[in-house]
Amino acid sequence: MATDASAYEEMLKGLWRENPTFVQVLGMCPMLAVTNSATNALVMGLATLFVLVGSSLLVSSFKRWIPKQVRISLYIIIIATFVTVVDYSLLALVPAIHKELGAFIPLIVANCMILGRQEAFASKHSIKYAVMDAIGMSLGFLIALLALGSVREILGSGSLFNVDLFGANFEPWVIMILPPGGFLTLGLLLLFFNWFTERRKQFLLKVAQADQSVAIVGVKDNG
Amino acid sequence: MDDLLWIFISTLLVNNFVLAYFLGLCPFLGVSGQLETSFRLGLATTFVLVVTALCAWILNTYVLIYAPYLRLISFIVVIASVVQFIEMSIKKLSPSLFKSLGIFLPLITTNCAILGLAIFATNRGYGLLEGLVFALGAGGGFTLAMVLMAGIRQETEIMDVPALIRGTAFNLIIAGILSMAFMGFAGLFSAA
Amino acid sequence: MSQSKNYEQEPSSNRLVASMAIAGFISGVIIIAIYLATFNTIKDNKARELRQAVFKVLPNVSYMQKLYFENNTLVIAKSDGMDDDMIFAGYDKQGKFIGYAIQGKGAGFQDTIHLLFGYLPEKQLMTGMAILESRETPGLGDKIFKDMHFVGEFVNHLMKQAIKAVKKGTKSHDYEIDAITGATISSKAVVRLMNAAFNRWSPKLSPLGQEPVFQMSKQTQGSLDSSQIQPESPNIQIGK
Repeated sequence: MATDASAYEEMLKGLWRENPTFVQVLGMCPMLAVTNSATNALVMGLATLFVLVGSSLLVSSFKRWIPKQVRISLYIIIIATFVTVVDYSLLALVPAIHKELGAFIPLIVANCMILGRQEAFASKHSIKYAVMDAIGMSLGFLIALLALGSVREILGSGSLFNVDLFGANFEPWVIMILPPGGFLTLGLLLLFFNWFTERRKQFLLKVAQADQSVAIVGVKDNG
Repeated sequence: MDDLLWIFISTLLVNNFVLAYFLGLCPFLGVSGQLETSFRLGLATTFVLVVTALCAWILNTYVLIYAPYLRLISFIVVIASVVQFIEMSIKKLSPSLFKSLGIFLPLITTNCAILGLAIFATNRGYGLLEGLVFALGAGGGFTLAMVLMAGIRQETEIMDVPALIRGTAFNLIIAGILSMAFMGFAGLFSAA
Repeated sequence: MSQSKNYEQEPSSNRLVASMAIAGFISGVIIIAIYLATFNTIKDNKARELRQAVFKVLPNVSYMQKLYFENNTLVIAKSDGMDDDMIFAGYDKQGKFIGYAIQGKGAGFQDTIHLLFGYLPEKQLMTGMAILESRETPGLGDKIFKDMHFVGEFVNHLMKQAIKAVKKGTKSHDYEIDAITGATISSKAVVRLMNAAFNRWSPKLSPLGQEPVFQMSKQTQGSLDSSQIQPESPNIQIGK
């Protein structure tokens, strides 16, 4: 029971506390390039999920037999294989979306978040933890992608998942789906994240102080 | 000739790798604190990009026409090995050059601009000369973006910016404004 | 288990090479497997996309046939795939020639644009344009196929002289078309590619009345069932 709870914990940490985008600031390249619509963001998120979970599973199962000296090259081979699988599957199943994501599917290989998880986590933990960690991290990545993609699509095209939201009178804020919009939106989202974390920290600090003073008062009363 | 010039200007300014394609963001956000370092990293990256363009062309012409499905994996493996090899030879041949450029080489291998260049050049069907010019433009554009970013960051260091904003969020917003400025270069092509 | 003991010590270079080779081999096998598994679907997707594009740019077409320019005349292509030197001929239900679908390819604003347009040599009329491939900026450059006014400009356009894209609303001649506001560069690129493709192909087209005859060859037989399908309704509406 205890191990289940901590495996669950490994998954949860990727969602918020160690979110790969907002906290670790990794994998920026696909994050910004494909988030001009929520659909693209979703597909990129799912592709990354598949690659990360698959590679983490393999790396943690074979960690015993992977020689330290060539580990990075082996990780890259494993990741590149999964990415090729995703690339061809998307081309066969959803050609329209593959066309839009274009060159950025192969670039999942260069997403430093994936390699980073292999090196920092999967190569040192058992299969169960490695997979839970991979799921958590990629879900965290997916959440960030979706947040960015939705904001940019709503402001830049006036729609969400290609569903028109505002009707014909809405003048889309085109800059949001262009490259500058990506930088600005992510910058502002990060800012919001920092602000929220800071407020929460201060709130917890206040609670702790309040607890302390209550305790002191209690001691005095007894005296 | 016109075509080559078009490719160069387009990748250098209009479709800047960092500011329009988001390639090579890790060093752009991470290493751009110092002007001097940024410039050197930019030069080292340009060098690797040119080597990559050459490798990609050789692979595309002689190997991948028979096995297109091996594109991604062979690009990655070959580029990583060649960069490693260059790193070792620079270390042996010229320790002073290694001191100024070599330390960046391992960092560059994981830069997605390198793989991005190989993939874009392949998708557009560039020949050898076009690929090399494309690499020069991309490297020049990367260096330009790095240097501009580092310059702005050094200036903002002495400014009164709230602590909450400092860091990546601030850098991203600066990058957004830079990217907006670079969009203006699109006007270069309105005559075309 | 002996391997795990080795892991603690310095592994021999043989072992390093062996592990790389095994990993490379396995990954190669997986990649080839997925390539073969998806090969047919991808090919079908591409063929269907092309067929739809041809039906879209040439109205009332029921069959299409791929042609090459060889020995100063148009001959029926034997190859299964598609390449840049091909031209497509459209025929009606009775197999009577209607018009050509001509390809254009070249640099757009961001990346290569690949387009197709229909042309009726008899009336010197352009019947429509479709973008096969483009990676123009989403939201701006992609209007070259999303902006229906722009796409509609190429429907029933008389090809007496080169097309010219002008600022929207300033059109004063028949050969001029409205460029897209905010995507002038991409619009001009489309027009430039179309003019280049037209100049390349118009001297090569067969004289009127001598167009290649539609042949229900063995080679086209396989795809015949699907090409018999009438163009889907959205494709017909394109001219509105």
